[in-house]
Amino acid sequence: MIPSISWKNIWRNRVRSLVVVTAITLGLVGGLFSSAIYKGMAERRFEEALTKEISHIQIHNPKYLENPEIGFSISNPAGLIDFINSQESVKAVSSRLKITAMIGSSSSNYGVNVIGIDPLKEKEVSKLYTTLLSTDEITEQFGISDPAELEKFQADSVGYYFENTRRNPIFIGEELAHKLKIKVRSKVVITFQDVQGNLTGGAFRVCGIFRTENSAFEQANVFVRQNDLIGLTGLEKGSAHEIAIFMNDVEQVSELSALLSENYPNLETSDWKTLEPTIAMMNEMMDVIMTVIIVIILLALGFGIVNTMLMVVMERGKEIGMLMAVGMSKLRVFTMIILESVLLCLTGAAAGIGISVLLIELFSKTGIDMTAFAQEGFEAMGFAAVFYPTLGVDFYIEVTVLVVLTGVLSSVYPAWKALKLNPADALRSE
Amino acid sequence: MNIIEIKDLVKIYDDKKTVPVTAVNGVNINFKPGEFAAIVGPSGSGKTTLLNLLGGLDEPTSGEILIDGKQMGNLNSRQKIDFRMHNIGFVFQAYNLIPVLTAKENVEFIMHLQGQSKKARDKRSQELLEAVGLGDRMNARPGKLSGGQQQRVAVARALASKPKFILADEPTANLDSKSTETLLDIMEKLNIEENITFIFSTHDARVVNKARRVITIEDGVVVEDKER
Ligand SMILES: Nc1ncnc2c1ncn2[C@@H]1O[C@H](COP(=O)(O)OP(=O)(O)OP(=O)(O)O)[C@@H](O)[C@H]1O
Ligand SMILES: [Mg+2]
Repeated sequence: MIPSISWKNIWRNRVRSLVVVTAITLGLVGGLFSSAIYKGMAERRFEEALTKEISHIQIHNPKYLENPEIGFSISNPAGLIDFINSQESVKAVSSRLKITAMIGSSSSNYGVNVIGIDPLKEKEVSKLYTTLLSTDEITEQFGISDPAELEKFQADSVGYYFENTRRNPIFIGEELAHKLKIKVRSKVVITFQDVQGNLTGGAFRVCGIFRTENSAFEQANVFVRQNDLIGLTGLEKGSAHEIAIFMNDVEQVSELSALLSENYPNLETSDWKTLEPTIAMMNEMMDVIMTVIIVIILLALGFGIVNTMLMVVMERGKEIGMLMAVGMSKLRVFTMIILESVLLCLTGAAAGIGISVLLIELFSKTGIDMTAFAQEGFEAMGFAAVFYPTLGVDFYIEVTVLVVLTGVLSSVYPAWKALKLNPADALRSE
Repeated sequence: MNIIEIKDLVKIYDDKKTVPVTAVNGVNINFKPGEFAAIVGPSGSGKTTLLNLLGGLDEPTSGEILIDGKQMGNLNSRQKIDFRMHNIGFVFQAYNLIPVLTAKENVEFIMHLQGQSKKARDKRSQELLEAVGLGDRMNARPGKLSGGQQQRVAVARALASKPKFILADEPTANLDSKSTETLLDIMEKLNIEENITFIFSTHDARVVNKARRVITIEDGVVVEDKER
């Protein structure tokens, strides 16, 4: 019965309560929606980095990490690869040659990492090949629908993942292709020092151009077939600088990396957190930041609620005195007032969360397109310029708990004031 | 056997800022079950103070109150609330009802606090509202009732928990003469038919005329106590 009285009491001053409810609703929609954008950005970046750039675990010769020289390769990688493949938690392994080199077109030169891979194995570890645009995606992103133009665009600006080019194919990023002013089928020259320290190099032909949301990655990495590269390096066949592992489940990373460090103490095993500490930090900080945003919003709202509840207690002094006179205990009076505030807050929370869920649901499908404003700015930092907001159920629960807490805390003082009322004084009609 | 015994009751208001006010100054009164008693006196004579002390809403400065032979002064504040809930029905001059509840819900309120079953509450609240002539307004909220009707609901509410007696401080002060008469008739009827003890204060000569015992106080002292 007390909850029902509290609830009805809220609507005695409809306008005032609606003002408070609206404030809570708007505050929460703002907080939740912006949190969802950050969360969406962070998750997207996390996903992109792991599936297209760094994978879950990488193994190197420790010297290579200090100084990426061609000679610091992993000795006898075959045994290591077999060991990794025998682990149940591993989805795929790819061994890579990784050489710093100059890439040149007829117009310019850039320093890049040349990564020598087995294209089929690499496919299992990195989803980079999926960034080659389909005709539908070309139409959607570039507005090209004429079949002849589509075909031309695909042939010149998209290409293939190590197919359709017989000799020395090279898979490069869009950003780099722009800088070098080259297209699919263009020829580039790669120059680097071999194991003996002699300048060496080779000519490669662009087979395809990948597009990611991270322009720095696009510019810094090019991919060639291991077999095409090994001959130029002077390294033994089967050598590797980097072994990349993709797990069935990201949760299993720490277990395997511990096992690898133990069994291969001479090699350096790095998990994704070590490889991209900013992403790891962003992932961990995001929840904290989101909570802080909500807490600040609720704190501000809380002061408004204290004020409202104080007004409630003052206005109803005589009524509260009467209730205490006829037998309502202090605990019940206290509960009644706290509940009124909590229910008021929960009404706002229900509206705020409801609207946020709808908005987030809507925009998580369509995306919020910021390309018109700052595509390059975002992509330079590795973020997609289209946001897909997302929030977990656990965050909604956390927010609801915080709202209840706000309701309780902001009515403790008003409720305590009510308890101080002396029924005899309160009831004296003056 | 007295239901209430008031012995040498004194109440001095002293807020330490202004001159202390002696509102009740050595009052001795006994009440028997079934009385219909009015406390009268000029404004400021101490009627409200006396009723508040009697209802345990305020602490006496000295003296004691025994209800059914039990010392009120020995109860702590929690026991006092409980005691009030089970033994005393209150009707105030105004602000008797919870505005957001219907007449029936208001009458059931204390029974709710006492933890009575829905069936018991339903039955008693209907009976009581019919007894005060509001059987057809049970689901109206106080705002939709006249002042006199609201006071009748308050009487029904005061009776709901089957208290030993009812204290009413100027229950008719805000009522017109017609409503005053109706309310008093109902109180009198309940007093006679159900043998419920009523102690009420008033300024109103018409109300005084209905009482079977009139206690007059002046400056906190009983100056006359006569049965009729
Ligand atoms: N809380 C208080 N503090 C100080 N003095 C008080 C307080 N309450 C009442 N008094 C004083 O006590 C005296 C008795 O007041 P009380 O309200 O009991 O009179 P009353 O007979 O009920 O008057 P009325 O007919 O106007 O209701 C008055 O002089 C009043 O000013
Ligand atoms: Mg009075």
